[in-house]
Amino acid sequence: MSLFIIVALPFLGALLPGLMNSAGRSACAGVTFAVSLAAFVGLLTNLPMVLEGEVVTARVDWMPALGLNFTLMLDGLGFFFALLILGIGLLIIAYARQYLSRDDNMGEFFTYLLLFQGAMVGIVLSDNILLLLVFWELTSLSSFLLIGYWKHLPEGRQGARMALTVTGMGGLAMIGGMLILGQIVGSYDLSVILENRDLIQADPLYVPALVLILLGCFTKSAQFPFHFWLPHAMAAPTPVSAYLHSATMVKAGIFLMARMWPVLSGTPEWVMIVTSAGLVTMVLGALIALFKHDLKALLAFSTVSHLGLITMLLGTGTAFGAMAAVFHILNHATFKAALFMSAGIIDHAAHTRDIRRLGGLRKLMPVTFMIASLAALSMAGIPLLNGFLSKEMMLEEANHTVLFGSAWLVPALATFGSLLSAAYCFRLIGHVFLGPVRDDYPAEPHDPNAGLWMPPAILVVLVVAIGVAPFLAEPFVKLVTASVLGDTAKVPSAHFKIWHGLVPALFMSIIAVVGGLAVMAIFTPALRLWDRAPRPEAKTIFDAMLESVATLAQKLILPLHNGAFTRYAAIASVAIIAVGYHAWVTGTVGAATRSVQTAGPVFIAGWLMLVAATGGMVLMHRNRLLSLILIGIVGLMVSVGFVFFSAPDLAMTQFTVEVVTIILLLLALNFLPNRTPIESTVLRRVRDTGVAVAGGLATFALAYYYLLRDAVDTPISEFHLASSYKGGGGTNVVNVILVDFRGFDTYGEIIVLGIAALLIYALTEALLGGPVRARLLNRQPDQARAGDVHPMMMVVLTRVIMPVVILVGFYIFWRGHNEPGGGFIAGLIVSIGVVMQYMASGFAWTSSRLRYPYHGVIGAGVLIAGLTGIGSWFVGKPFLTSDFTYVRIPPFEKFELATAALFDLGVFLAVVGAVMLSLESFSRLARRAHIADNEHPMDIDPSRGDPAQIGAKPATEES
Amino acid sequence: MEFLVASAIGVLTSGGLYLMLRLHTFPVILGMSLLTYAVNVFLFASGRLTVGAPPILSDATVYTDPLPQALVLTAIVISFGMTAVVVMIGLGAFLGSDDDHVDDPADDPVTADDEVEGTS
Repeated sequence: MSLFIIVALPFLGALLPGLMNSAGRSACAGVTFAVSLAAFVGLLTNLPMVLEGEVVTARVDWMPALGLNFTLMLDGLGFFFALLILGIGLLIIAYARQYLSRDDNMGEFFTYLLLFQGAMVGIVLSDNILLLLVFWELTSLSSFLLIGYWKHLPEGRQGARMALTVTGMGGLAMIGGMLILGQIVGSYDLSVILENRDLIQADPLYVPALVLILLGCFTKSAQFPFHFWLPHAMAAPTPVSAYLHSATMVKAGIFLMARMWPVLSGTPEWVMIVTSAGLVTMVLGALIALFKHDLKALLAFSTVSHLGLITMLLGTGTAFGAMAAVFHILNHATFKAALFMSAGIIDHAAHTRDIRRLGGLRKLMPVTFMIASLAALSMAGIPLLNGFLSKEMMLEEANHTVLFGSAWLVPALATFGSLLSAAYCFRLIGHVFLGPVRDDYPAEPHDPNAGLWMPPAILVVLVVAIGVAPFLAEPFVKLVTASVLGDTAKVPSAHFKIWHGLVPALFMSIIAVVGGLAVMAIFTPALRLWDRAPRPEAKTIFDAMLESVATLAQKLILPLHNGAFTRYAAIASVAIIAVGYHAWVTGTVGAATRSVQTAGPVFIAGWLMLVAATGGMVLMHRNRLLSLILIGIVGLMVSVGFVFFSAPDLAMTQFTVEVVTIILLLLALNFLPNRTPIESTVLRRVRDTGVAVAGGLATFALAYYYLLRDAVDTPISEFHLASSYKGGGGTNVVNVILVDFRGFDTYGEIIVLGIAALLIYALTEALLGGPVRARLLNRQPDQARAGDVHPMMMVVLTRVIMPVVILVGFYIFWRGHNEPGGGFIAGLIVSIGVVMQYMASGFAWTSSRLRYPYHGVIGAGVLIAGLTGIGSWFVGKPFLTSDFTYVRIPPFEKFELATAALFDLGVFLAVVGAVMLSLESFSRLARRAHIADNEHPMDIDPSRGDPAQIGAKPATEES
Repeated sequence: MEFLVASAIGVLTSGGLYLMLRLHTFPVILGMSLLTYAVNVFLFASGRLTVGAPPILSDATVYTDPLPQALVLTAIVISFGMTAVVVMIGLGAFLGSDDDHVDDPADDPVTADDEVEGTS
């Protein structure tokens, strides 16, 4: 199966669980399982190629100019991790089906899980480091959703936020490191980077790149000092913990270190940073784990410790260390996932995870006891279980590692870490399962059904099988090691054996196990000592750091952003004018190249009206209705100006938009006060005048200067004029630009327009659903209402004119490609026609005759425009390539049929829908306010015997 | 003619800026509309002023620049959408609090506690 499909399957499948939610919990889990299984099988079909040492690749150029390509590759390492992610994923899905209760939204859970799975598979199969970063961030996001899945728990939310903050910051650092790496090599393709070890390590930027990438790895893999987020992420449901913290999320950092091993490792910096971070994490994690009472916290810190172990092994930089690391990744994934699932089973059965309240479960839960004990003993490093083998290899490797010039530091710490590790494993078995049966469990512990214990049992079978017969795993581990090492070193020939003879590692192992038992013997006094010892609490430090950053940000922002809009507007205006002035005085202006055209009396009259209306608005803006009328004059003059300066399309658009804008503002003014009170001081008005005049002078100067000069370079418009007819098939160049040359722009614009209309609708809904509703219902109009709200003359006239409006709209639309007109203008004209119906016949009457909701009209418009664009794919052309032909249907003239007309239809519908939805939303507010719905289209109708007396006084006077 | 168009742009900008610095929603919205006119005419004028040569292909040899027209056409329609949204927000604020000031009251600054709520 193609690698693309393997990566895409979980993402596409993530749509399904949500849809299947209502079909039942089993269907929901089943479909998730099927999706994962398909990806798993798809992965296995690539196994033969991988076994032959081949690298399977798949490539699609995405943004070649940026070096960002969708390239995937599958080698031994990628296969190994993908196998863990998908294989353990399958077990987790089966387990989660039983684990989640009826109150949990299963569809949501499995959607997140599949998203996470897809992102993880994406990381391990990426062959492009930029693509890898994309998937890397996706795992941070999707794990955030998973960890915070129980939204009602504050610990869940806080843990999720902490995980996102820490891993997100690490991801940011890693972006920097990856970009440096790409710059050094000159390619972002992993396969190219991996071949340039010498180039990278000789580069002066090697150390910064290394540190930044390691920051990403260490935060993700919870290495000291970033280890603290992992235990807090345990607030997640147990399946999530088992998945994220055994095989996937926290292994991503390890994976990347292994992936980058051929080019980054081997230098003194690498050995020092990685080995010491790993060692510290290993010992510290194990020490904390020993004294944790929460079963999952114990496992969490043991995970931290084991991740430290693997990091340490990778840090040594030898081939044997890498092989031990790979082997331990496999072993840790098996026993740790089994242990997490067992912890979940105990939590389910006993309703507590507190080790102090447990004990004696051996008799009550024998199956769980078997599973958990075998897994824990493997973790402790007991022979015949797989943990023993890799731990032995780790100790062997530690024995040869020299750090800070000391030959005993690493072996001693490694033995100490193993000792603590053995101790907490023994504690887990001893304090949870052994001992007497108690009678104060919060619930009656019992073994669960097979659905819950089967998944961990399968893993434990693996634990034992590898432990007893290590030669089973050997070829596979060596294959993976080979792809980790690349060309830098040979795979070590050492065989996996239980008995190596009396080597130092064996003695270290014995010390660890015996020491672990000894620690258990003195556990109670040791715990007392631990509880008394002062320790820094990572969460407190983390919170304090966040707090101080937030305080700093507020100190900066609050004085600037104090909620005064006028202040922002003034600052922005002054800043823009100042920058413009600076450019003006420092730049040079060439001589005028165009001559001034003379203006006739009509033009001067229009200018005078515009200036007078604007001045009037400023002087009399306190009278709101008057200023609304004045702005209408301004708009009209602007439209006339467009006609005058050869822009018929613009004039028609401006004119029609003017109409709907005035209606809109009138509707708003219906609710707002009619006058603006005087509140600003004289000083303030003088200041504002100063800003306004300066801004006006600046735009005047700029406009005047460029109007008298030609463009410095030939405008693209020459091309538009030349190819409008030949290429676009229309003679109205403006329309051809809109629907053809820049169709993608237009497509974006109608979407924006639709979003604006939907936003207005949503705001209206929110207002009508809130306390404003009661206020509106109780509102008294501040002026007497007209008795004849829906006058007979207007109703009749709009009724008669409606077909004419539609016809005009149709005509304007259809001729748009060749003559002034088009979808925008036709849409506005038809909207005005419909608005007139609302105004004349009333809201209730009109909306009861509405056949299609306006949302649907917007959607249909965007969809038609989009589908028209997609249509060109089928003939192998890019999105929105238009085509046209001329047809002749007698007795009509020959006319043109263009796909652009279909696109324009989409524009038309979107405009109608958006304008109508906005205006309708406003009038819905008005309708709720004070006017009863009219029963008849006309309030006073001579043909009716009983004229409805809606508006009180004037109507009674008339009758 | 160039002088008149440029001065009209200047006058519209001045009026728009002055109204936008007022304290109540309605004049601010009108000010923004005036500023929209100014910007649209400004953009349109970047194609320079040509009388009697619309960009409709015919036997003529001179056409005005069609590109600014196409850009301004969509800008006009979008500015309607923007105005409508702003009006709705202003209206919602007024209906919710019986107050159509655009500035937050000075005695009710955003407190520090509101801001850090999400980080704990």
